[in-house]
Amino acid sequence: MNIVVCIKQVPETTEVKINPETNTLIREGVKSIINPFDMYAIEEGVRLKEKLGGSTIVITMGPPQAEAALREAISIGMDEGILISDRNFAGSDTWATSYTLAQAIKKISQARGRIDLVICGKQASDGDTAQVGPGISVHLDIPQVTFVKKIEEINEKRARVERMTEEGYEIIETPLPVLFTVVKEINEPRLPSLKGMMRAKSAKITNWTAKDIEADAGSIGLSGSPTNVVKIFTPPPRTGGQILEGDALEVARKIVELLKNEIT
Amino acid sequence: MSIQVILEKCTGCTLCVKACPFGAITIVEKKGLPAGRQAVIDLAKCNLCGACVPVCKFKAILIDKSRKEGAKKDLSGYKGVWVFVEQKKGKIQSVSYELLGKAKELAKKLNTYVGAVFLGNQIEIEAQELIWCGADTVYLVEAAELANYQDEPYSKVLSKLIEKHKPEIVLCGASTIGRSLISRVAVKINTGLTADCIGLDIEPKEKLLLQTRPAFGGNIMATIITPHHRPQMATVRHKVMPQPEPDKKKKGKIIKESFSTDDLISRTKLVDIVEEVESLVNLAEADIIVSGGRGMAEPANFKILEDLAHVLGAAVGASRAAVDSGWIPYSHQVGQTGRTVAPKIYFACGISGQIQHLVGMQSSKIIIAINKDPDAPIFKIATYGIVGDLFQIIPALTKKFKEALKR
Repeated sequence: MNIVVCIKQVPETTEVKINPETNTLIREGVKSIINPFDMYAIEEGVRLKEKLGGSTIVITMGPPQAEAALREAISIGMDEGILISDRNFAGSDTWATSYTLAQAIKKISQARGRIDLVICGKQASDGDTAQVGPGISVHLDIPQVTFVKKIEEINEKRARVERMTEEGYEIIETPLPVLFTVVKEINEPRLPSLKGMMRAKSAKITNWTAKDIEADAGSIGLSGSPTNVVKIFTPPPRTGGQILEGDALEVARKIVELLKNEIT
Repeated sequence: MSIQVILEKCTGCTLCVKACPFGAITIVEKKGLPAGRQAVIDLAKCNLCGACVPVCKFKAILIDKSRKEGAKKDLSGYKGVWVFVEQKKGKIQSVSYELLGKAKELAKKLNTYVGAVFLGNQIEIEAQELIWCGADTVYLVEAAELANYQDEPYSKVLSKLIEKHKPEIVLCGASTIGRSLISRVAVKINTGLTADCIGLDIEPKEKLLLQTRPAFGGNIMATIITPHHRPQMATVRHKVMPQPEPDKKKKGKIIKESFSTDDLISRTKLVDIVEEVESLVNLAEADIIVSGGRGMAEPANFKILEDLAHVLGAAVGASRAAVDSGWIPYSHQVGQTGRTVAPKIYFACGISGQIQHLVGMQSSKIIIAINKDPDAPIFKIATYGIVGDLFQIIPALTKKFKEALKR
């Protein structure tokens, strides 16, 4: 089975802090990590390859330093990494990003034959849109199953998966090739092995530009993005309120008093 | 499409450095003469958001957002504010009513109509309620293939309806259905989509939809427009907009649309829908959530949370620590890698308040934190904080609420 996993490098949000003087995000010294949801996508790709054989390619669109994310994915077990990087990709919204990644996947399949499965994390922790995965599937004209929490069965032709919903889950059958976006419940990502880290260090990362993936100039970056950010601001931070202490029943009585009108 | 600093005008005043949400601007000594300081933009970090441009008092930053598109689309023919109506087993989901309320407000500012797109099977009887809640026109599509949500037929039908009737705005719930559907539609019909908006308004001059959404886990807010494509599309989470009161005198029309079986083909097959009824109410729908964290100490203790939840008609949530310890299934997890919720009241019991948890619940209207550690970060955002032993306080709350609510 030939698998492509799409990942994004994001700031490690635990360390996102607001500078109280300027009220802006402090980005200096913030570590970049692989988007947490993409770790499940990588792990699932590695597991499927271990079970079924084939190849695993991890791709990302981003600045040159996103290469580190690809190497980390290789250390976990991906076969190879492709960095799609070009100044002309700057300012991409989800439309342009899904187009760019789809172009790269098309280029991979030109050289390697059919890609059976594309796996993405359900969303990225910085943008939180969950739009890029479905966008890729439309650009590639392959079916999608979003929020996959379990792959029950899979072979070269078909798969049967569980898709998480608000109330529980759906069982969905799909032909391959297909695109899955995955949620945390699907697996428990492994840590990189020492051997994996050694391999990642020396692995050759392929670099592709807009020209390499034959991207249409009007469909990438800011020019290919229907949406534009016009304003960015920091919301007033939420501040702590009243602290109640004392006897449990007394505190409970006060809380009930305070909330009574909110509960119908 | 580029950004540049005009050296002759830049004084190195640092105003732009402070405005940049991406930390992309630094101040360095000017090379050459005259001596002085200047701003430098690191293009690898710059997102071309333009936040620096208006703050510069010297008009020293130029951003060119022009597009390479040849003939611009004629946008004047697009009229109407549409809502995609989400139904499950024929029952309209409350987020759709909330969106109709917002759509009505936007349509008034644009002097246009509200449309509701309603797909399903044998659902016509529900359509009247959509009219009472704000729809002027309901586009009704009924077919056996549309009984339950499926990605391909739903996105094909919605795309075709949009291409036929040309609405200027389309709103959709940010649910598992909405996110999967509308992302496909936006790519199919080549327009912009903004996820999880918490504010929607009309810019008075150009009549553009101003879409405001949180990013970076709510640490920054961004206002986004779709200037050259129609419709302008946005998703909104459940409970962000208030639900309108139905006006039973309101009139509207129902337009039935039909589609060929080709348009209704789905390559994927929905085999079964499994409902897990382990909690009283699902998290996304809940007005009140009672969540437990590491402080619950062991799985059996979740019983006291369930008791409180039962009295309040609340859903039970959990922090990642509790889920990772195997105390409660992942479907209850609130936070960055779980669900994002915004109920009216959120009880955080034995949850310290790691940022990963906070980003998933800090939009709740009232937050009540119960923790024995007075320095727990959760108290920094809680409306009411209770420092103490949750094993005493929660049963006390259950008792007192039971008395007050007579349940």
